[in-house]
Amino acid sequence: MEVPILKQGEFLIATFQADLSDADLENLRRGLVQQVVRFRSRGVIVDVTAMDVMDSFASRTLREIALIIRLRGADTVIVGIQPEVAFAMVQLGMTLEGVATALDLEEGLAYLIEKFKNID
Amino acid sequence: MAKRDGSTKDSGTRNNQAAELTLSEAPSELLRELVAHLRQNRTQLREEWVVRISETRLLTAMTKEEIFAEATSVYDSYVEALETETFEALQAYARNLSERIIPRGVETHEVVGIVLLLRDVLARSLFAKYQNDFKKLNRILDAYEPAANRIANTVAVGFVQERERVIRQQQEAIRELSTPVLQVRERLLILPIIGVIDPQRARQLTEQLLRGIRTNRAKVIVIDITGVAAMDVTVANHLVQTVEASRLLGATVIVTGLSPEIAQTLVTIGVDLGKMNTVGDLQGGIEQAERLLGYKVMAVAEPR
Repeated sequence: MEVPILKQGEFLIATFQADLSDADLENLRRGLVQQVVRFRSRGVIVDVTAMDVMDSFASRTLREIALIIRLRGADTVIVGIQPEVAFAMVQLGMTLEGVATALDLEEGLAYLIEKFKNID
Repeated sequence: MAKRDGSTKDSGTRNNQAAELTLSEAPSELLRELVAHLRQNRTQLREEWVVRISETRLLTAMTKEEIFAEATSVYDSYVEALETETFEALQAYARNLSERIIPRGVETHEVVGIVLLLRDVLARSLFAKYQNDFKKLNRILDAYEPAANRIANTVAVGFVQERERVIRQQQEAIRELSTPVLQVRERLLILPIIGVIDPQRARQLTEQLLRGIRTNRAKVIVIDITGVAAMDVTVANHLVQTVEASRLLGATVIVTGLSPEIAQTLVTIGVDLGKMNTVGDLQGGIEQAERLLGYKVMAVAEPR
């Protein structure tokens, strides 16, 4: 299932569905990296609320997305990680180091807006 | 009774097969005789047992009268268990007794001790009664010993089970009491940890905290471990994991109240605390959290 990427002002929002294959994740990464430059976006929000399992591939891909997008000149924030998922992730050593996180979409937007307010 | 026993003894000496047959029939017969003997001498044997209990300084937590009262019921249940060869009633009694005496600090060795004493007292009286008839004594003991051992076992197991039940219950109570997640300001949670943290409790703390972050939409959490006396590698790593998991939910954790000993231990065992935000005491932690949240607290008047 393709992950839809929505443009919202200066930001891009990608919302994960419940069961994504590895290929879907690859497509998402490619899509986001292209569109962030095409739309001249300043921030990307990846919403993983629907994921109740996070395997190492998904976790690594999320981190790569964030790092690549930074190289493309925008910021990424991962939102909506479930408490159980968060705990399972750190137990497996997948801590998304260096990647911004927020509780939910609202918080993520607030984080990015706050961040750019300081820069402008 | 004596006559019949005489005849079984005779057949026993006559040939082995017959002896085996009578032996397999004999125990219930013998037990009945035994029970009759114990009933007859109830007062004296019970007396003797109580004397032995106080001599060996068991059950010091109980008064003489209490010991006597309990001894009477134990004695009667004991004889009943011997008679009926069913242990349910005794088991129930043992559980009931344990329930009453555990809160008074009676130890396992005391309970096992008094039951073994009773066994010895009764065995002695059997020796005294049958000392002239060695073979009969042997058979009586054959019947008595397994039953007596089973009784001792039942009582001891009943006591230990009851104790474990109490311990489990208390552990649960402690666990429920000891993990509050408190909101002190909008989006600021405090998690005061007191007492010993074992891996299970650490896990529960984390789960509760992560759920708390979600429901309260918290941005900053102050974990205060002033009340934690000691910390080992497992728990320290768990704390680090908790901090990281909270970050994945978009919250910042501040750890306060690390005692000098714990700080020393953590450095010595090489736990990576680089990711942890630490402040000396709870007050400092709350002030730091307020700064992070953009609060500014100031006095508007002199304290009254």
